Amino acid sequence: MAVNFGYSISTTRVINFDNCDFNLLHQLEEIVPSYKRCLNCGACTATCSAQQFTKFNIRKIKSLFTSAQYDKLAKELDKCMLCGKCTLVCPRGINLRPAIMNMRKILSNK
Amino acid sequence: MKKIAVIGAGPAGIEASYILASNNFEVTLFEKSSSPLSNILDKAYLFPDFSSATELADKLSAKLLQKNIQVVLDKEIVDIKKDGDIYKLIDKEEKSHIADAVLIATGYTIFDAHRKEEYGYGIYKGVVTSLDLEKMIRHKQIFNSIGDIPSRITFLQCVGSRDEKSGNNYCSKVCCVTAVKQAIEVRKALPDAEIYIFYMDLRMWGQGFEELYREAQEKYDIRFVRGRISEASATFDGKVQIKSEDTLIGQPLKMNTDLLVLMAGMEPSQGTKTIGKNCHIGGEYQFISSQGAHIQDNLTTMEGIYVAGTAKRPMSIRDTLTDADSAAVQIMMDLGEKL
Ligand SMILES: Cc1cc2nc3c(=O)[nH]c(=O)nc-3n(C[C@H](O)[C@H](O)[C@H](O)COP(=O)(O)OP(=O)(O)OC[C@H]3O[C@@H](n4cnc5c(N)ncnc54)[C@H](O)[C@@H]3O)c2cc1C
Ligand code: SF4
Ligand code: SF4
Ligand code: SF4
Repeated sequence: MAVNFGYSISTTRVINFDNCDFNLLHQLEEIVPSYKRCLNCGACTATCSAQQFTKFNIRKIKSLFTSAQYDKLAKELDKCMLCGKCTLVCPRGINLRPAIMNMRKILSNK
Repeated sequence: MKKIAVIGAGPAGIEASYILASNNFEVTLFEKSSSPLSNILDKAYLFPDFSSATELADKLSAKLLQKNIQVVLDKEIVDIKKDGDIYKLIDKEEKSHIADAVLIATGYTIFDAHRKEEYGYGIYKGVVTSLDLEKMIRHKQIFNSIGDIPSRITFLQCVGSRDEKSGNNYCSKVCCVTAVKQAIEVRKALPDAEIYIFYMDLRMWGQGFEELYREAQEKYDIRFVRGRISEASATFDGKVQIKSEDTLIGQPLKMNTDLLVLMAGMEPSQGTKTIGKNCHIGGEYQFISSQGAHIQDNLTTMEGIYVAGTAKRPMSIRDTLTDADSAAVQIMMDLGEKL
């Protein structure tokens, strides 16, 4: 019988790329190819209207999605108002609004 | 003696003219302005060694005293026509000039920062370009919009470069190290100011550049923030408010600054664009395209017409001079004169 010492092994913080499911990412990249061009400059986050009032960070969501860290993203993405300001400032010309819409769609089908 | 026409009296045009004239070619150097080296004389001190731009201009100008070089000022060339083995350069007044071969060295122009309206250049007084700051440094007068000594100065990289919205996806190559150089100069002039550089990537590709970056951090207390500024607006007290994300923390950021310095990139000069278009030798972004990425980089797709320096792509002065030397050698080889 296992002895309860009052503490447990914490889950690892390491992102293990060997166990990640990149299928959702690939689906998204197929629908919005410009998504791949992101250089993580943060201009989208800087200009985002939702960011002013909540902890919402669209660039970070993109990074998490790109590294297949999908947990909680669906709920986060609900904060986006699809205003499109991010698309206007992106230096890499990424079509962010459709990217966000399709992230939502893909995550809800998950 | 074979006649070579060189278009543009910048570092590239002067250097190539000098080499060719020293090797028994008869060189005519056409310059559209009333004096040579305008893109050197608008700077104060140069990276990587903080040497004086005026001194370099003097040394380059001295090369024009070589016999066999005729400098024609106030002469803008707009087209080149091939007529048998002869090339006819057409100027703006539609007069033609004859040569056996032509070197295009029409250089670059700085990106017009008005085009990035979201940064407010020309709208808010506290927003300046790297070239404006260069002027302030040269005159030793660095002031904010209300004529006071600035307490905070912020640089923004990649304005008009690496930016699909400006139509320029390429990197201008010189602005990263120029920002570091200028930040150090500002620090020397204003020991108490806070100095920030907002960057997407820092490209310290040249010899001594990375060392300058280290020095900027350690010795000159320059702060580097990884994030692109999305927009600027004016405050009531004449400052500029900027918005960005500190992407390494993953949190949005805003701050007020006395001066926002836009590191405007390099674009092909009007002359480069016009000649490229009329002779059908222009390439991506309207720089002149060369035949090969490694060899034949001084040949255009039109026989007998060569290209050197920033008419081709962004480069530093050292790279421009090396490129001009190589263009001169190529012309000598092709026209059958011994080195
Ligand atoms: C902000 C900034 C700072 C820089 N600082 C540095 C530095 O510190 N160190 C460094 O190594 N490099 C620096 N550079 C780069 C440097 O300016 C270039 O490498 C150099 O000027 C390129 O020389 P060039 O001869 O190719 O072109 P240019 O210097 O542009 O010369 C081209 C010449 O051609 C003439 N011309 C154009 N069209 C025509 C026409 N149709 N007919 C006749 N004449 C024509 C122009 O008037 C000009 O005189 C800087 C660039 C920028 C933008
Ligand atoms: S602005 Fe564009 S390139 Fe920059 S982080 Fe956002 S999506 Fe990526
Ligand atoms: S579309 Fe969404 S992510 Fe983009 S700026 Fe608007 S609220 Fe922010
Ligand atoms: S040299 Fe630096 S500032 Fe200039 S375009 Fe390239 S990355 Fe941007």
